[in-house]
Amino acid sequence: MLQIRNLFKAALKSLLKNSTRSLLTSLGIIIGVSAVIVMVAIGEGAQTVIEEGINSLGTNLIIVFPGVSQSGGVSRGAGSFNRFTFDDVEKIKKEATLLRGISPVVRAGGQIIGGSGNWFTSVYGVSPEYFEIRNWEIDKGAFFTERDDRSSKKVALLGATVAKQLFPDEDPTGQQIRIRNTPFTVIGVLKAKGQSGMGADQDDVILAPSTTVLYRLRGGRWVDMLNASAASAATNKRAQEELRSILREAHRLNEGDDDDFTIRDQEEIAETASETSRVMTLLLGSIAAVSLIVGGIGIMNIMLVSVTERTREIGIRLSVGARSSDVLVQFLTEAIVLSLFGGLVGIILSVGISYGLNRFTDLHAIINPHIIWISFLFSGAVGVFFGFYPARKAAALNPIDALRYE
Amino acid sequence: MNAVIETKKLTKTFHMGDVAVHALRGIDLVVEKGEFLAIMGASGSGKSTLMNLLGCLDEPTSGEYYLDGKSVAGMSKNEYADIRNQKIGFVFQGFNLLARTSALENVELPLFYDRTRRIRNPKAAALEALERVGLGTRVKHHPNTLSGGEQQRVAIARALVNQPAIILADEPTGNLDTRTSIDVLSVFQELNDQGITVILVTHERDLAQYAKRIIEMRDGHVLRDARVGNRRIASVDLAEFHDDGAYELE
Repeated sequence: MLQIRNLFKAALKSLLKNSTRSLLTSLGIIIGVSAVIVMVAIGEGAQTVIEEGINSLGTNLIIVFPGVSQSGGVSRGAGSFNRFTFDDVEKIKKEATLLRGISPVVRAGGQIIGGSGNWFTSVYGVSPEYFEIRNWEIDKGAFFTERDDRSSKKVALLGATVAKQLFPDEDPTGQQIRIRNTPFTVIGVLKAKGQSGMGADQDDVILAPSTTVLYRLRGGRWVDMLNASAASAATNKRAQEELRSILREAHRLNEGDDDDFTIRDQEEIAETASETSRVMTLLLGSIAAVSLIVGGIGIMNIMLVSVTERTREIGIRLSVGARSSDVLVQFLTEAIVLSLFGGLVGIILSVGISYGLNRFTDLHAIINPHIIWISFLFSGAVGVFFGFYPARKAAALNPIDALRYE
Repeated sequence: MNAVIETKKLTKTFHMGDVAVHALRGIDLVVEKGEFLAIMGASGSGKSTLMNLLGCLDEPTSGEYYLDGKSVAGMSKNEYADIRNQKIGFVFQGFNLLARTSALENVELPLFYDRTRRIRNPKAAALEALERVGLGTRVKHHPNTLSGGEQQRVAIARALVNQPAIILADEPTGNLDTRTSIDVLSVFQELNDQGITVILVTHERDLAQYAKRIIEMRDGHVLRDARVGNRRIASVDLAEFHDDGAYELE
């Protein structure tokens, strides 16, 4: 075998003899590679944004939804529709060892009147532990306390969106609002969280003590759902198991009865959301990969032209003792050098484009280091694949015919 | 006897569709070391085919061919390539130099493909070969900046660089004017004087007179095989041209 270094030197030399053409040929690969990298970077950026949204939901969040009670596959019907009570919450608080916090969530919606206008939004009745579970931070004022919750105090915390709608120009803290005609005192404004992973505005909400919402706004004794957080990510699954057995006991379910509630954790919610963006990334990447293949065809085309043009040169090389494998390797090397050069420039270009996108647009592009060497190797593979046919054509030439070629 | 080339009943038949063309009909040829042989003949006489067979560019249909004492028949394509690389130096009518490549790099080309690496310093060997053909000062020049005669000298240097058993020159002066032709032949004569075996294919009787022996071919046979009686010396003829002053175009 001839020395690889010499082969690359010879390939480089003959490519430089036609530098404009070589540059234009690798342009196809440059565009293809940078398109793949930028598209995947945008996809990954979107995924990160979604994941951040999911994380803002809370830390090691566990959500318990009520469900229809069943016994051995026989539904007990609508009457058995089970929700939770404050007693359930108390029992969990007393017995659970793997939870950092647990809060009931009592939902009430309604027209809010106060400040400069009115606004329709959701009111969540929660316990103070909810703030930590869902990672809420206070912007102005203060959270309500355990005592406020126990005494059903009519206090409310406004989400950033609600605060902006009702009190665009003044500090809402200490102001009176009326939720479904019940007067509440605003004791604080929550720090904005932005959109959730699913695109809902998390700041369009009012938080109030759970007992206040249940007794003064909603009535009845049912809690809509429970929010809890596990002590750590590692104990998350065990915490869910513990929660499940406590709730089964509280609901007096016999062995063999199905759960009359559903426990879901943040991970499952996150998976659903990032699945969508993963499909998007894949789709974008595939479309870009098509352009890389088109670039490869460009290389094949030019290499075919080059083989025809250089038939005489091939004849000369054969006559001075090049084996046909030497000719094959020579043309293959040229194709690989072209595509690797294209790949390298494409990578540099894509880094620049991603930087520009992050800096000057709302798009978020994150370049995964893996994609860089994968696309570099892939561009090399494109060179081998599309360079092989022209190279084989060159190697198959007969020295006499090649020397006579005009 | 020290035969560089020996062929026995060498034939070559081409098939053009259904028609068989017998280009060579049994050539028996012995070329001794140090000979200067001219092969003459009209086009279609088979001299180019013989040249291709001797140069291992093509395989004979039948017959035997011993090059430097070794039988060449039945070798693989790669072995043919290696023989061309190590035993034979070609000089063609159209020079056949790589364009946009310096004289030095052109001469180095055969060494690039030499798998034996018997020549330790390719660059030095190429420089020496260029020196031998009188182009020691123009090694960096590209073919398009060299005259026809100079280009052919580069081609001769390339044929020399691998220290071949023979130099095969196929109509090496076909593209050159008379003065330059004689100039190129003086290079061949000089190399031959140094002991290199040269085979020259030409259709010009005048030029064949510079060889030591002429074989004439017709219809695939050797028609005549004779020593040159009154051999011309190129350097002497060249001096006359200089006196004349008429042939200064290159």
